Amino acid sequence: MIRFLTHRTLQGIVLILIVSMIGFTVINLAPGGPLSQYAMTPGMSQQDLDRIAHQMGLDRPIPVQYLDWLVNMVSGDWGKSYRDQSPVLDVVWRHMWATLLLMGTSTAIAVALGTLIGVLGALKRYSVFDYMATVGAMIALSIPTFWFGLVAIFFFSLELGWLPAGNMYTVGDQSFSDYAIHLIMPSIVLALVNVAIWSRYMRASTLDVMDQDYVRTARAKGLPRWRIVSAHIVRNALIPMITLAGLQLPTIIGGALVTETVFTWPGLGRLFIDSLGYNDYPVIMGLLMFSAILTVIGNFLADIGVALADPRIRLG
Amino acid sequence: MTNTPFKDLTHPSRRGFLGMTMLTAAGLGLSGLPGAARAQATGQVIVGISQEPTVFNPHLLHIEVDEGIHWAIFDPLFSVEPDGSFAPRLVTEVPSIENGGISEDGTEWKITLKEGVTWHDGTPLTAEDVKFTLELQKDPDFRAARRTGHELIEEITVVSDTELTWKMSSAFAPYMAILSWTFIVPKHAFDGVDPNEAPFNQSPIGTGPYKWDSRAPGDNIQLVAYPDYHGDGASIERIVVKYVPDLTVLYTQFKTGDIDVIALQGISPDHYAEASTLEGKTVQLVPVGTVETLSLNLGNPVLADKAVREALYLGVDKTTILEALYYGLPTPTETYMPQQSFYYNPDLPGHVYDPEAGKALLDEAGWVPGGDGIREKDGQRLSFICSTTAGNHVREQMQQFLQQSWKEMGIEMEISNLPPAVMWADHWMQSQFDMAVAGIIFLTGPDPDTTNYMSTDSINAQGGAGQNTFQVSIPELDELLKKGATTVSPEARKPIYAEIQSMIREELPFLPLFQRNEVRGHLEGLQGYEPNINVRITFWNMQDWSWA
Repeated sequence: MIRFLTHRTLQGIVLILIVSMIGFTVINLAPGGPLSQYAMTPGMSQQDLDRIAHQMGLDRPIPVQYLDWLVNMVSGDWGKSYRDQSPVLDVVWRHMWATLLLMGTSTAIAVALGTLIGVLGALKRYSVFDYMATVGAMIALSIPTFWFGLVAIFFFSLELGWLPAGNMYTVGDQSFSDYAIHLIMPSIVLALVNVAIWSRYMRASTLDVMDQDYVRTARAKGLPRWRIVSAHIVRNALIPMITLAGLQLPTIIGGALVTETVFTWPGLGRLFIDSLGYNDYPVIMGLLMFSAILTVIGNFLADIGVALADPRIRLG
Repeated sequence: MTNTPFKDLTHPSRRGFLGMTMLTAAGLGLSGLPGAARAQATGQVIVGISQEPTVFNPHLLHIEVDEGIHWAIFDPLFSVEPDGSFAPRLVTEVPSIENGGISEDGTEWKITLKEGVTWHDGTPLTAEDVKFTLELQKDPDFRAARRTGHELIEEITVVSDTELTWKMSSAFAPYMAILSWTFIVPKHAFDGVDPNEAPFNQSPIGTGPYKWDSRAPGDNIQLVAYPDYHGDGASIERIVVKYVPDLTVLYTQFKTGDIDVIALQGISPDHYAEASTLEGKTVQLVPVGTVETLSLNLGNPVLADKAVREALYLGVDKTTILEALYYGLPTPTETYMPQQSFYYNPDLPGHVYDPEAGKALLDEAGWVPGGDGIREKDGQRLSFICSTTAGNHVREQMQQFLQQSWKEMGIEMEISNLPPAVMWADHWMQSQFDMAVAGIIFLTGPDPDTTNYMSTDSINAQGGAGQNTFQVSIPELDELLKKGATTVSPEARKPIYAEIQSMIREELPFLPLFQRNEVRGHLEGLQGYEPNINVRITFWNMQDWSWA
């Protein structure tokens, strides 16, 4: 177990280091720079821009800037945002919980519904329900999220007036019910695609398990049908899903990008887009590192999860 | 919009909320002493904008949207009004030669501060704060956004708590306008800290009508009325500046009533017709100082020929472009000067669309059609590249339209658009483009000086420092610009700038297309939302807003 842990940690560190090097080089190679957006400010001159670039240390060679950044990052200082001068970790942290709220709710909906639809579809294979679920999943996977979001806003906010057209809360209210009502539309829109994905995987996985010998044995023992389904089929069918869930962890940054923009949700996805737009290098690097770390942790947790769920798999 | 009881319970409308707060305020008013100095500020307004304000120290490098917050929290010594005049804010009187605030030669200044002005933390404002603010701009370690004008200050003397004088190395007429944008910051907030990293930069303290309340990054900023404001205080108690990044979503939220005011880029032109019919909302066209140009690089051998520039302008079907692509919203113009300016020259020759005259002009100048129909002269093809920010669909359509019109005249234009970070970096600043579609604010506030864009010393590509990316270089123009910048009286300056405008219209370093108008919207009940062409941001006077 200890060998497994050290091995995976070292692997993770190397991976993160490589990602950081590539990331840092690529954003610095892109033409323009953090100051180019200010060029059109009235009265701005090249002299002012050069002076500020020098004050910010942007005129140093890229390897020097990278090493500087790396040393600081390892010691816990991820730099400061060029946009609002706050420490990067603060910036990421403050946007993260909005994303976690949205992704958490939406993932809960997606997993619950996806599992249910997938298992039912497999149990009643080739039934009307199964066909409807299949077609529904195809449609959900084909609809672009932003289009679905805009249509939902059009019907439920503009035409019917039932739900707010976006935002995470009403300024001045911020009660639990206020958050809840604002969560309904974005979380369902975001869950839609994931329901489709989960239900397809779950259906396939359930079908695999249903034909296993132990299910036949359970049936032969005369176990009640619900016990066979819950204890033997679903439990075993969920094992591959753990890996899927682990791989989904890092998508919390990119996953809600479009939904966050359409619904004015102040989360990490939008932070990433905004930071790219403003060439806010420290925040872009911070998000990249954050994402790389989540990928490593997600894979790691998935391996452990699978091992816990399936005693036949041993780590190391 | 259908208002169901369900929505009303869970998502109270702004009106409902306002009603409640007004009742509360009325109750307070009854219990208060009669004849109190000022009515209590009540209610709130939600301002929706499509860019997020993030820089709250007004002297750090920032974008225009940040200035909306600066105007609410801080005061300049004097502000610039919509008509271009200056009005005292922190001073008792706007300095001028007439009142002795500025010496005859324009180099010695004297100002007197109002008594009893306090910072939001209760500390009184003194002349030391003003001195600190002006000196901060020159601090070599401070990342000041701009130093123009401030660099000329040689010596600041604090005479008393409310009086100070300074000397400038030379007269500089635009300094009045620059000062009207220079917000005074408190010296004590920077004691012993690096001004680039001061806590002040994230929770600013000003003397302005609103004080900092809170910020939810990526979402909103809240300001509350400062009860001890020295001027006429705000009548709306709380301002919520809400960041909605997508313009379509911003407009939708305006329609549903989630936001009360659309500021900054406002409503996109394609929504204007529909927005004008919305019930309970006021939608207006407001002129802004941005002039849309076809900027030409005179360093390009083809475009250096004045006949080519004139022919190009003759081949622009401005009316069709404005009507068909811009929904008729912008105002056609012949100059870089906003038409609302005191210095605007209305007597410039008007543009005519006459491709035949353009062709004749080119024939005369020796540009004759070659084998492929494109004109040539001395082995040089009449061909160039036009670039602008990629993704700006209206501009892209205009480029295609121009490409077509000019092709019929034997002029070849290729289109190559670039992402903003590339377009406006060296490509623009170092004059690497041939032709660029660029919206430019040429003026600094109400001041007509454009040395930065037109003088020979401002050509970056030739070792200068400025924004003369056209590379226009005319000795007489340089003389006039110098004369204009050192002449203090507006009446004496007016003819100088009229002449500069006609010189530029004659030389055509850029083809002036139109002056932009923004579509702005707010709830009908909101009063006092005045446009001001002399500032960079639409929500500059929130202390004057009130609910009917």
